[in-house]
Amino acid sequence: MKEKLKQMMLDAETKMLALGSLQEAEEMRVKLLGKKGELTEILRSMKDLAPEERKILGQAANEARNTIETALNEKMEFFRSKQKEMELAKETIDVTEPGVPSELGHKHLLNSVIDEITEIFRSMGFSVAEGPEVETVFNNFDALNADENHPARDMTDTFYITEDVLLRTQTSPVQVRTLKSSKPPIKVISPGRVFRCDTPDATHSPMFHQIEGLVVDEDITMADLKGVLDSVAKQMFGPETRTKFRPHHFPFTEPSAEMDVSCFKCGGKGCNVCKGSGWIEILGCGMVHPAVLKVGGVDTEKYTGFAFGLGAERIAMLKYGVDDIRLMYENDIRFVKQFR
Amino acid sequence: MLAPIKWIEEYTDINVGVQEFCDRMIMSGSNLETVDYYNKDIEKVVIGKILSVEKHPQADKLVVCKLDVGQAEPVQICTGAENIRPGVSEGKFVPVALDGAKVPGPLHGKPKVEGGEYIHAGELRGMASNGMMCNCSELGFPDKIVPYRDKDGIWILDGEYTPGTDILEALDLNDPAIDFEITPNRPDCLSMIGMAREAAATFGTELRYPETECKNVAPEKSEDYIQVEIKRPDLCKRYCCRVIKDIKVEQSPWWLQKYLMFAGMRPINNIVDITNFVMLEYGQPIHAFDIRTVAGGKIIVDAAKEGDKFVTLDGNERTLQEGMLTIRDTEKALALAGVMGGLNSEIEADTTTVLIESANFLGDSVRKTSKKLGMRTEASSRFEKGIDPNLAKAACDRVCYLIELVGGGTVLTGDVDVYPVVEEAKTLDVRVSRINKVLGINLPGQQMVDYFKGLEMEAELNGDIITVTPPTIRQDLNIEEDYVEEVARMYGYDMLPVTLPRSSNESKISDSLAMRNTAKAALIGMGVNEFLTYSFVSPKALDKVHVAADSPRRQMVKLINPLGEDTSVMRTMILPNMMEVLSTNFSRKAEAVSGFELGNTFYNTGKGEDGVPEERFALCVACYGKDETFFTLKGKIQELMTILGVKNLEFTADKEDPSFHPGRCAKMYSGETYIGTMGQVHPSVAEGYNIETAVYAAEIDFNACMEIAETEIRYTPLPKYPAMVRDFSMVVKEEVAVGELEKTIRANAGDLLEDVKLFDVYRGAPVLPGHKSCAFSLTYRSKERTLKESEVNEINQKVLVALKDEYNAVLREI
Repeated sequence: MKEKLKQMMLDAETKMLALGSLQEAEEMRVKLLGKKGELTEILRSMKDLAPEERKILGQAANEARNTIETALNEKMEFFRSKQKEMELAKETIDVTEPGVPSELGHKHLLNSVIDEITEIFRSMGFSVAEGPEVETVFNNFDALNADENHPARDMTDTFYITEDVLLRTQTSPVQVRTLKSSKPPIKVISPGRVFRCDTPDATHSPMFHQIEGLVVDEDITMADLKGVLDSVAKQMFGPETRTKFRPHHFPFTEPSAEMDVSCFKCGGKGCNVCKGSGWIEILGCGMVHPAVLKVGGVDTEKYTGFAFGLGAERIAMLKYGVDDIRLMYENDIRFVKQFR
Repeated sequence: MLAPIKWIEEYTDINVGVQEFCDRMIMSGSNLETVDYYNKDIEKVVIGKILSVEKHPQADKLVVCKLDVGQAEPVQICTGAENIRPGVSEGKFVPVALDGAKVPGPLHGKPKVEGGEYIHAGELRGMASNGMMCNCSELGFPDKIVPYRDKDGIWILDGEYTPGTDILEALDLNDPAIDFEITPNRPDCLSMIGMAREAAATFGTELRYPETECKNVAPEKSEDYIQVEIKRPDLCKRYCCRVIKDIKVEQSPWWLQKYLMFAGMRPINNIVDITNFVMLEYGQPIHAFDIRTVAGGKIIVDAAKEGDKFVTLDGNERTLQEGMLTIRDTEKALALAGVMGGLNSEIEADTTTVLIESANFLGDSVRKTSKKLGMRTEASSRFEKGIDPNLAKAACDRVCYLIELVGGGTVLTGDVDVYPVVEEAKTLDVRVSRINKVLGINLPGQQMVDYFKGLEMEAELNGDIITVTPPTIRQDLNIEEDYVEEVARMYGYDMLPVTLPRSSNESKISDSLAMRNTAKAALIGMGVNEFLTYSFVSPKALDKVHVAADSPRRQMVKLINPLGEDTSVMRTMILPNMMEVLSTNFSRKAEAVSGFELGNTFYNTGKGEDGVPEERFALCVACYGKDETFFTLKGKIQELMTILGVKNLEFTADKEDPSFHPGRCAKMYSGETYIGTMGQVHPSVAEGYNIETAVYAAEIDFNACMEIAETEIRYTPLPKYPAMVRDFSMVVKEEVAVGELEKTIRANAGDLLEDVKLFDVYRGAPVLPGHKSCAFSLTYRSKERTLKESEVNEINQKVLVALKDEYNAVLREI
């Protein structure tokens, strides 16, 4: 009996090596370990043996079963994974075929610029204020200290609806509205459409976009104006950007300034973007004229403020090298899709 | 304003290079546009003296000249210029481009070549021509500043020169003219002395005023010749004049011509040139009359009568209006004050005695006259900006001095100066502490006083107060803030510290802006591109999209002064703009375009405040392309409204909207509120835009959406009990809208119905023609318990019966 078991183990070892498939392994399991299998046969025939012998042999038979079972399981696992591999291999695709389009829309270049600038100012505590595109002459000119003979008031410069109503030429009337409707501390920007009588060409458009800002509080200084706008310039054009403030004149600010930034293309060495000067004019700014503050009933001894304004089209054109402003209103889809 | 740097140097020393001069002038407030040089691309051009002029043997229109150009032998040059003639031109000095010379051009009526052109020796009809006598524009001077006498011929140089001298040296052409950008608040800077004053303040140098005192005045007095009466002192602040006799009208000396040319003015003759020179020097317009024409020996400053006729210097007859200020004698008008002189009193070749007028007319009056007559002159634009009346006498004397200097006439003693109310300097107290506070610095008061004095102001420090008196030319200095700027620009904007304000503000945006941002982001997320178009449109835009004549959209806001009809009214809807954009893209072969614009529309409803029209935000979404259908667009609108919080969106078929396909158009409502209209754009509208494919569009009243949107979100607990689903198909007639079926289902299914979905619509056998099979999936669920099969079946049965009753819907086996 012992020999029989030994012989079976030897046979099993040899056959195991020759196994070629999951099916053969399964057949072998049935043949050896199944209900009518060889090992079962051997165990069955043990009932005639003496108890000691049965115990020893029984132990040997169980060991043999474990050994075969473990070995067979390993084999079977091997065949299974082999089969899976083959199945997956059949599912191979060409990963270089094009993807199925899942297109997002594109934000308009101008709104993208306006949003970027708005976010920068919001991160510095500025609120966003808006106002109507069709405004009163009072809010657009009178309240902003524009001389009654200021050339900007001419019909050749400004679109009128009536004698007292016009298409706003700047978003500054929103500042007037803000000053009238709220009390300091005030810290707002107002982006929006503005209109001037310019015949469209590569650099002019009768409608364009401005972003203006106003800060009114106690102890606001011209140094604060420089600090805020210098920080904004660095956030917009990169931390290495330098700013230069030059004296200028606007009716609604005193002192007034224009801010240049070091050319973001050449870094200040001089190139075609900055026309060789190394500097690019970006915005106008200044300390709010007391006549403007008074319109809002602000105590000009207690409060001071600064204001600034910049053109979104100009920034967009400079930053992205767009050479014709009309492209922005034409909305050729090939243009629109270049920005996001 | 063009300011030749040498001219500024007449009044103050400039001890730095041109670049540094410009940089520091910019930083002290005199911004500049360009620095112009007139010595570019000029090589081997020398002074030539014409020795002989002979007729060309082969050509009537040519002459052959021999010129001394400083070489051993004279050079021979042929020319066809009409102002070089035998017996006239010998002994004249001209610029000569020698063989191999370079000139800026343009040459021979051809366009200007960048970098200049070379001149070579050659032959002209068989005669050697070893160079070229130049005219002024060939040397690069713009036509409008070429001296009047030589504008059509060779440039005859005034004065004596050494032949062969380089032209740049001989004519002193190497220094630049700086084009300053003068802001409207600083008319005092529209003059050479004004710019010199700024330079002196910037560099701490001394300002020198020019010589004005004549050396040899005639004993006769100006007042013997002329009397002045100002009848309108409200329009004329001062009238100062002087008489000069023995006038010799000649060419001005070169130095004077050069300054004028570099400043952008054409030299004409000594008298005109000197009046222009002094205007540029002081900023005070000057006019000269031939005194022969002044009847009665009297100048009267008075307003014109309505309908008066007057012929101005340019030869045009003008019809004057009541109130226009004129200079008259006892009989007639002689000049339009501050605008232009009259043809009747013009200086002529035989003029012997002139009256020099240096007057101060009110800016408003000059502006109105010049505007009404459409005449804008150098003088009128200066008066409009405002001129200091205290300049008049010095400027008048300066003209006389210069005419005497160039030998143009003999000046009479004294002047006639009528100056009813003398303009006094305005004194103001400013606070050192306030100036420091606004600028964020801590400058000593004495430093500020020094800045003010550098700008020719009187200033005195007393504790915190500086009592400051600016010269009367500075009409821009009126309040303390104006002095803050003076200190700031003298201290240097670049020297001011850089700080951040203490921030006590939270950043807020309006609900409206937040919602518009949400809508834009959602649409972009759904693959729709953002477009931007003009707020103004053509009044025909509405016709083009077939908007009805009585539609509220016709309440358009009109511009008084549009650029053209295409931009003459404010839009009341965005669809026409979108159609234009789609049309542009279609014509450029874009296969598919999907876009939106969210912007303002304008209604003349009288609802706006202060006469301002009502503004409403509108959203237009439009698309074309092979994958687009009514339902792809509808799906996007539905999703958008969900995101915005616009609840219970309903679509009702609209066969009446002329902009849309009658069978493919829906009005959108949320409850009672009209949200907008969507559909396939009427094919004949699309055709009008040359779009040969189906266009789908939605025009949405975004204000309406904002008004009803529920932005607050409340959490609904997740269901604890299982749902029961019942699917069925109903066959109904084609004209029954599935929306109606859904309404009936909802009305009859009661509270246990959680959701209804239409998951299929089938047409074709075995469904009868004219019918369709609609498959619905109904989900039932209770929040409190597990539903029983029997109760759901009962409700479902009720639904089926209702559908049968209302629409004759027949249940179809699935």
